Amino acid sequence: MQIACKIRRQAIGADQTTVAPSFRHLLGIESLTTGQISFLLEQSKIFQAIQRNPLKKLATLRGKTVALAFFEPSTRTRISFATACARLGADTMLLQADASSLKKGESLLDTVLTLEAMKPDAIIMRHASSGAADFAAARLDVPVINAGDGTHEHPTQALLDALTILDRKGAIENLNVTIVGDIAHSRVARSNIHLLSRFGCRITLCGPGMWVPRELESLAPGIRRVARIEDALQDADVVMALRVQQERMNEPALAAEEYILLYQLTPERLRMARPDAIVLHPGPMNRGLEIDDAVADGPQSCILEQVTNGLAVRMALLFHLVGGPNATQSGAPQTGEGPNAAD
Amino acid sequence: MHIVEKRQVLSAEEMDRTLQRLAHEIVEKSGGTGSLALIGVRRRGVPLAHRLAHSMRAFAGVEVPVGTLDITLYRDDLSTVGAQPLLQSSEIPFIVDDRDLVLVDDVLYTGRTARAAMNALFDLGRPMRIRLCVLVDRGHRELPIEASFVGTTVQTSASEIVEVQVREIDKQDRVMLMDRVADRVQDSPPGNRS
Amino acid sequence: MLLIKNGRVVDPASGTDSILDVLIDGDRIVSTGAKLEASKKQTSPVEVIDATGWTVAPGFIDLHCHLREPGQEISETIETGTRAAARGGFTAVCAMPNTQPVNDNAAVTRSIVDRAARSASVRVWPVGAASLGSRGESLAEIGAMRDAGIVAVSDDGKPIANARLLRQIMEYCAGLNLPVMEHCEDASLFAGGVMREGPRSVRLGLRGIPAESESICAGRDVEMAGLTGARLHVCHLSAGRTLDHVRAAKKSGLPVTCEVTPHHFTLTDEDVSYNTRFKMNPPLGSRDDREALLAGLADGAVDAIATDHAPHHPASKEVEFDRAPFGVTGFETALALAIDELFHTGRLSLPRLVELFTTGPGRVLGVEDNRRLVEGGLADLTLFSLDSPWTFRAAESASRSRNSPFDGRQFRGAPMATIVAGRIAWRRS
Repeated sequence: MQIACKIRRQAIGADQTTVAPSFRHLLGIESLTTGQISFLLEQSKIFQAIQRNPLKKLATLRGKTVALAFFEPSTRTRISFATACARLGADTMLLQADASSLKKGESLLDTVLTLEAMKPDAIIMRHASSGAADFAAARLDVPVINAGDGTHEHPTQALLDALTILDRKGAIENLNVTIVGDIAHSRVARSNIHLLSRFGCRITLCGPGMWVPRELESLAPGIRRVARIEDALQDADVVMALRVQQERMNEPALAAEEYILLYQLTPERLRMARPDAIVLHPGPMNRGLEIDDAVADGPQSCILEQVTNGLAVRMALLFHLVGGPNATQSGAPQTGEGPNAAD
Repeated sequence: MHIVEKRQVLSAEEMDRTLQRLAHEIVEKSGGTGSLALIGVRRRGVPLAHRLAHSMRAFAGVEVPVGTLDITLYRDDLSTVGAQPLLQSSEIPFIVDDRDLVLVDDVLYTGRTARAAMNALFDLGRPMRIRLCVLVDRGHRELPIEASFVGTTVQTSASEIVEVQVREIDKQDRVMLMDRVADRVQDSPPGNRS
Repeated sequence: MLLIKNGRVVDPASGTDSILDVLIDGDRIVSTGAKLEASKKQTSPVEVIDATGWTVAPGFIDLHCHLREPGQEISETIETGTRAAARGGFTAVCAMPNTQPVNDNAAVTRSIVDRAARSASVRVWPVGAASLGSRGESLAEIGAMRDAGIVAVSDDGKPIANARLLRQIMEYCAGLNLPVMEHCEDASLFAGGVMREGPRSVRLGLRGIPAESESICAGRDVEMAGLTGARLHVCHLSAGRTLDHVRAAKKSGLPVTCEVTPHHFTLTDEDVSYNTRFKMNPPLGSRDDREALLAGLADGAVDAIATDHAPHHPASKEVEFDRAPFGVTGFETALALAIDELFHTGRLSLPRLVELFTTGPGRVLGVEDNRRLVEGGLADLTLFSLDSPWTFRAAESASRSRNSPFDGRQFRGAPMATIVAGRIAWRRS
């Protein structure tokens, strides 16, 4: 049994003695400060170590309840959050789109107010409408965590991607990051762009023209759009392949063969990137569509690490939002312990 | 409410002598140092553990590994502490299975930190033995926990605070007994830290 | 009798701009002049309004509003809507036909006229549907509706998508001398959008509507006005490129007019958040669009300011942004926004501002000659102050709905009194 755990602190900002930069909700990356992002990543590293413990379950949030409100179907994100809750000892209550009263026409407001009346300590929300988490947060007292809202943001995905990059690259500053796919409709891309550009990464967006509108360049400085994937991958440190959403409504379809021909991430194309480039995918993958098997399973792929890191990020977030005295939103300095607080 | 210094419990020299004695005791009562390891409890248990290891190296020529433990996740008072909890890393560069562990902390009070620390260690494996070493035992236990190695024992009242200062963190070594005093209007006492 | 003393009388139609008294008897203006006294022989009591420091203008006309009656009285009624209109200084409002049932036949038109006669604070001028049910398939009973009192036709809420039907409607209306008010929008480009397409929509992850959705349709409509000779009125114009089409049409002598709403000349897409009070159709445009609208308001390319007052009951707006209905209320803030955003910024003169609410919309409807502020003229008057600070509170609105993007906004300019047919319809207390 390998138990030795040595956590090396990386130089990403948060110092041991710094004040925990409090926030009440996690609605998106855009609304976080760089300090808050660094803090969450720093705290996530501690929970990464716990994933390697023989006993992973903590009692830290024992007695706390977290509502998982999944208005839009999701398997991975829901299981990741549910597992993060379980590992911290929190109970969960699950609301799923197909099983709830949503189909009976109850409004989002009534649904979240009903959930809140069950007195959870946080609500994790996935919804097909952009801004749905903002909507709920503006009307509830309980912390709201956005687990993906429409085509707006998916902040925990960006955090787990950053944690994965940090692991493999040692830093997230000043990297060349290439994102390939339907950027316009991707909340994952938006959150990643907001996060990585904050740390000076140069972001290249690549995909069929109608999926990469020029307005994306206004999201952050240093974003460029490149039409050919071979050009877009040049000198990339990080390559992110997005899922092609075949079920996208209201959009004229692009034939899968066309996408494969021009944009599939193949070993040949990946050779355009730096030799030590890493490959990320938010999952679930369409193998053979946006990504070739050889890349998905190759040595540069971090796709399974992303899944593991998702737990760490979500545990850190839950610990931060639910673990403390969340009713009071003070910016009181954190001194570690009061005088002989616990001994 | 403010806090005033009442008296010094240990000076720098006394602290140093006490730690030397504790290092000897631990080695003597461990029946060999082969599997011995020290676990400093954040924050002030950590420099104390390193100093004990340093003494052991000096007088016994043994290299006793030192780990660092953050017990935040195991605390039972998280929802009542005043601010958002800030996690720090645990750094335990050895396998705890079958180890003879000595938890090192500055003050033993209610026993809740020791309880939390033991829970944390169990999540990492199955140690052979866990003992507790503290610089000061101030009484008022709330759990059936006693230290195997005690630097000094101080009688205290509930309002008093035992403050251990270590040069690695506080720029000086000493142990102070403090007291919480209700504010009076014109009072401006020295050492007000509330 | 009613005597309005010492106001600055501004009537673009007659070229008046001076401090005058206005004496009203019945529904007519009996005289205007300095230091008027009610005739000594007069037996009926005279009510005096001291309008010192105020502007006295012909009654304001709103070319575009939704009163929701019949059918959606939960959001608004003719009574509550016109009360809000009176508070905003409007003496006549054009009620769009997208009620339930749609105002596409004379029976509905007559019912609106009857209801207005009983409960309205200001004049209600119904607009008839252009096509049956506004479905864009066949002509509505436009001739019968004209006889029942409609002042224009429109399928507002959607464009008349079928060009051949549009041609028929325009040719028919040309003969009836009715303006065709067109909601310019290309449905395939609109594509389920919820705000203007641009950097902001991309940031918010909200589906965008390109400005071209409006301008392409407007271009077609202008061509159709040339083909048919009909009076085309472009509703709630929001994009600079649409205004270009209107300018070109006017230059070539076509009878094309347009209106701009206060929210489009005040706000831009950068003001949009997930607050559904900023969701309307057409959506708020870019900064460049707003500049183009402001230029058009100043130089005469724009004919009228119209509110597009579109009340929605609060619960229907308390939803996800993409599920909320389009529309904002506008009666009570329109004049104040115009004063603050157009006059106090120096972009418009006072007479030009008044024109956009009076003779401008009057000309669109062909009623400008009956609404001059002259002796013997109709006693529809709007009194307002350029400098009477107040705060708009949606919760205190006379409307049944609260969906204003200007809730809590502080204004300098303020409507002070609204006089309809010689009666005080509303007066600031």
